[in-house]
Amino acid sequence: MSSAVAIRPPARPDRAESVVTEGRAVRWGLTGIAILFLALFLVLPLVTVFIQAFAKGWSAYFAAFQEADARSAIRLTLLVAAIAVPFNLVFGVSAAWAIAKFEFRGKNLLVTLIDLPFSVSPVVSGLIYVLVFGSQGLIGPWLIENDIQVIFAVPGIVLATIFVTFPFIARQLIPLMQEQGTAEEEAALTLGASGWHAFRTVTLPNIRWGLLYSVLLCNARAMGEFGAVSVVSGHIRGLTNTLPLHVEILYNEYNFVASFAVASLLAGLALVTLVIKSLLEWRYSADIAAGARRH
Amino acid sequence: MGTSTAIRVENLSKTFDTAAVLHDLSLDVRAGELLALLGPSGSGKTTLLRIIAGLDFPDRGRIIFGSDDATQLPVQERAVGFVFQHYALFKHMSVAENIAYGLNARKRSERPAKAEIKRRVGDLLDLIKLSGFADRYPSQLSGGQRQRIALARALAVEPRVLLLDEPFGALDAQVRKDLRRWLREIHDRTGQTTIFVTHDQDEALELSDRVAVLSKGRLEQIGTPDEVQENPVSSTVLKFLGDTIEVEAIVQGGEVRVNGRLTPVKAPNGLVGPVKLYARPWQLQFAEPDQAHLEGSVRSSYRSQGRQRIEVDRPEGKTVVVEASDSGRVAAGRHVGLKIIGGYVFKD
Repeated sequence: MSSAVAIRPPARPDRAESVVTEGRAVRWGLTGIAILFLALFLVLPLVTVFIQAFAKGWSAYFAAFQEADARSAIRLTLLVAAIAVPFNLVFGVSAAWAIAKFEFRGKNLLVTLIDLPFSVSPVVSGLIYVLVFGSQGLIGPWLIENDIQVIFAVPGIVLATIFVTFPFIARQLIPLMQEQGTAEEEAALTLGASGWHAFRTVTLPNIRWGLLYSVLLCNARAMGEFGAVSVVSGHIRGLTNTLPLHVEILYNEYNFVASFAVASLLAGLALVTLVIKSLLEWRYSADIAAGARRH
Repeated sequence: MGTSTAIRVENLSKTFDTAAVLHDLSLDVRAGELLALLGPSGSGKTTLLRIIAGLDFPDRGRIIFGSDDATQLPVQERAVGFVFQHYALFKHMSVAENIAYGLNARKRSERPAKAEIKRRVGDLLDLIKLSGFADRYPSQLSGGQRQRIALARALAVEPRVLLLDEPFGALDAQVRKDLRRWLREIHDRTGQTTIFVTHDQDEALELSDRVAVLSKGRLEQIGTPDEVQENPVSSTVLKFLGDTIEVEAIVQGGEVRVNGRLTPVKAPNGLVGPVKLYARPWQLQFAEPDQAHLEGSVRSSYRSQGRQRIEVDRPEGKTVVVEASDSGRVAAGRHVGLKIIGGYVFKD
């Protein structure tokens, strides 16, 4: 049977765009709104920090860091991060390892508990420590008897910081390790490797970029934490003031240049973190993001 | 092939949560043989393999390597080579580093010298015919190549026994076929005692010296591919090894009758009354009505490689498949008689 239907090539769209894309005006409009929003709420405040910090010139800026209290705040912040981050590194890796690779009773409860610091207001987190370790608190009297000071001292600040930054590393690693499964570790064990050797040579290299990424975020938060630390610190200048608390004190004393100068240090830390984070994401996105199969 | 026992599995039982996966299972593995653990999913074959490896532990029963009880031995000390379905290669290590992993993981006093490790890796790469691939990474290899590397990695530690868990399960059909032949060659050359798990009958029958058919956590039968095919001990084994036709039959005085007509099938001793007769598609033939055990009308047929398979609808509503040499297309709807020329009757 002969067909009289003329065969015509299918109409080819001229534009190289995907069919799901919007029109030009809509695209530009949406992008514009997003950029405006970012400029107003993120870039402008950031620029203000630096403008204020340098408002009276370089010498005033650097003078802010010459002050003994500022130096002690920097030292304390570094000290707190140097304790809290390694602690959460060990805890986060162990917790993620246990949750991702083993089945045990109470696993869901553990996952929920790890999330707790994310859902609790930092101020409440700080208050909890005051209620436990403070002089009117649960074990306060015992601590006083034994001459151990936790609240309004460095141990309290470290504890509060650890609590607030608790989920960062575990949360990042759990899905990553779950996605990787246990086959490679099992292979290592059948080849005669001890559990520790398998962890060092197989598990750790598989999570290294995700781990670095989460340590970075954990560190940024540990150095920048305000709420919880503010409650337990007692704001003793030169003793229990971290950088964020020092910024607040200076600001409340109308010492704007010094306040913004110290704040610029934190802002700088945030920027550096952001750059390294972006570099990591760009270079090792597959190793960081769980869910992407890699073989 | 030696006849001494390399591994003895004794009365193994294992329960996961509340589901029993192995029931009192016993099995001997001979030194130097290539044994297939064949069974449908959920038959417990992978669990058995993992228990032999030491990756899982039984609730009851023992695993004996040679003359040593290995039931409580940790996986590292069992000297088994395990090959995983999805290869489980170390992604961040080169091919050579993967193969050398087991040797490098040894204590310093037992570790071969660097040059010796390098030589051994080279030999294994020759064996698996991937000599130029030492510095590649797993992501740069095809599935078949990865599985060969996984095998070389397992062989590098000179294991007592090689255990393969569905080794070709993730590969496409052509690669599977090549790798099967290749695995057989390697086995013949190394004489390595090998157990592999599969759900593919063809793979088990083609590759192995002996096949252990597992079903619901029990060992149904173990024997050479010929034995299990010619003398299956149960309908489970028979059905699992290939297409099977089921027909109602009556046993009387050791003779099996279908629709009152005698068949050449012999019934086991002591069996009387209504039974099921099982036959392969090629154990049915077209026949004149006065010689036929069954009748029906042709529903469809297809021809392939000199054979044809014809589906016949029986009046009772059941469909049987007949396989015969290709002698021209059989028209659909034609009324045909079928004669049973062989088959099996079981006690269960």
